Amino acid sequence: MCNLKRQLLAGPYVLWMAGFILLPVIMILYYAFTTTGGDFTFLNVSSITFSVHLKALTLSFKLALICTVICLALSYPLAMILNNMKAKSQGFVVFIFILPMWMNFMLRILAWRMLLSNNGVINSLLDTLGLPGIDILNTPTAVVFCMVYDFLPFMILPIYNSMARIQADIIEAARDLGAGNLTIFFKIIVPLTMSGVISGIIMVFVPALTSFAVSDLLGGGKVLLIGNVIEQAFMQEYNWNLGSGLSFVLMIFVIASMALMNSRGEENGAGVW
Amino acid sequence: MKKKLLFLLTIFSLSMFFTGCGKKDSPNTLTILNYGKYIEPEVLKLFEKETGIQIEYEEYITPENMYTKYKAGAIDYDLICTSDYMIEKLIQEDEVSELNFDSIPLTENLDQTYFEFSKSFDPENKYALPYFFGTVGILYNKDMVDESKVNSWDILWDKTYSGQIIMADSVRDSFMVAQKLLGYSLNTTDEKELREAQNLLIQQKPLVYSYLVDEAQDEMIAENAAMAVVYSGEAGYALEFNDKLAFSVPKEGSNMWIDSWFIPKRARHTENAEKFLNFLCRKDIAMMNFNYVYYATPNTEVKEALDADLQNNPTIFPPLETLENCEVFQPLNDEATMKYNLYWKEIKSAD
Repeated sequence: MCNLKRQLLAGPYVLWMAGFILLPVIMILYYAFTTTGGDFTFLNVSSITFSVHLKALTLSFKLALICTVICLALSYPLAMILNNMKAKSQGFVVFIFILPMWMNFMLRILAWRMLLSNNGVINSLLDTLGLPGIDILNTPTAVVFCMVYDFLPFMILPIYNSMARIQADIIEAARDLGAGNLTIFFKIIVPLTMSGVISGIIMVFVPALTSFAVSDLLGGGKVLLIGNVIEQAFMQEYNWNLGSGLSFVLMIFVIASMALMNSRGEENGAGVW
Repeated sequence: MKKKLLFLLTIFSLSMFFTGCGKKDSPNTLTILNYGKYIEPEVLKLFEKETGIQIEYEEYITPENMYTKYKAGAIDYDLICTSDYMIEKLIQEDEVSELNFDSIPLTENLDQTYFEFSKSFDPENKYALPYFFGTVGILYNKDMVDESKVNSWDILWDKTYSGQIIMADSVRDSFMVAQKLLGYSLNTTDEKELREAQNLLIQQKPLVYSYLVDEAQDEMIAENAAMAVVYSGEAGYALEFNDKLAFSVPKEGSNMWIDSWFIPKRARHTENAEKFLNFLCRKDIAMMNFNYVYYATPNTEVKEALDADLQNNPTIFPPLETLENCEVFQPLNDEATMKYNLYWKEIKSAD
């Protein structure tokens, strides 16, 4: 009886999951494998091999990868610095990193557009200082830049958390046994923070791979990612079947990359599922 | 037991999604779908006050968006405003009701000329009521562009303006530019002609600053670019904010568009919709809308009441000679639409 009550507590979540996760996935599957007329087809899914779609997917992968690498390169040293600070200032710095997340994601992208435009704030400032302007708006560079800006906290926080969990005793013990700084870093700190690194990578890579809003607003319509192709199929072409087919392929890629990371993480207890 | 319970919950919630929305319908409402920023909000309030009819108002960005919304069928719209070719497409699909012009007596305020133009998509003038019209052309900054050359679309391929050109982020408007430059119809479905137009647009891509729709005018006002392909109405709006801007419709011809109202077959409040249309044709209301939207209005009463300067402003009211050099978009069949979309994606993904 008690068990039943506990199950009922999960009710709201089950409802939510069924309505907003399960049902949409079923609909995507249905549309992905049918024609506009409702007949079975593989064409929507296999259309990923069209050169336009492949190109968009490759570009998405490339940008997501660059973004993840930059985030990791920025976050890891930062997490280490943070970890060595006094407890009080640690809280403050983490707060500063979370602060931008209080503002809406879209607004931040739009703000970057204003900042980076030809006569925008940054360029006028550089101009008054007599420096050459930067001309990165409407290029893949701007897209990567903004993705890094947006997703950085998702990388810092898990790494910082896993680093904070390393007990000072372990490092002390290593020193007692004669390990140098490098050995301690590679043999103790890196393996023990692996779980954080992996969840950070997933939390940055997956949204970067599927993003379309950033490329739309900062790419000036010149950077076509797979997310944009899907969005266009739904919104412009009224071809839900094509959009669903491509979404299905993208879902497979997302699951595959998560599984790949997961198999690396499992040894270190960083399983995502 | 546990599995069974989860299963039941799932089924229950799924069924809720399928059976929901048993919303009761009140006869005193009107559901309108319109382009963004395309009506003076005060007009809606006035109508509600005068008639007691409650308006539910929704907006969209491109005609294709509108089509998706309408076809999704989640809401039964009573009145929709959209562009010529999209209305023709919906007429072909038998989705449009005939207008009862007897209950819209103020139609007499509209200039007959534009009903004539409307015949290109509504041959018997049975379905559509013209709202605003205009052309597509080049909005340019006089300080940055050689004015002797803006009378041709060719200037959009001029390497001196690399990185300063804004193209339309809409399939047909961008193709139109290339098609007109090549001397083809903007409704062509010929494979060879389309490929030629596509190649031209791919060549142009490195020179393009960005592909935009609604934001183009803001970028031009902020002087972030030298030229932009925009609708005449948007150009008229931008000119008000920056004296350095000017507008030109190139000599090769362009697209003439007429945005009109129609009542879809699924409308549930046809009478209210007709009342609203009549209201829109009233002089004071049409004037409010003109001042807000600032596009060419077919309402003669409004036009005559304007300053002579404004009446003769070729940016806002394109002269007849210009209009006669323009073509109206026609809807493409499914095969041609797919072709346009694919070619457009190839342009967007080109290096």
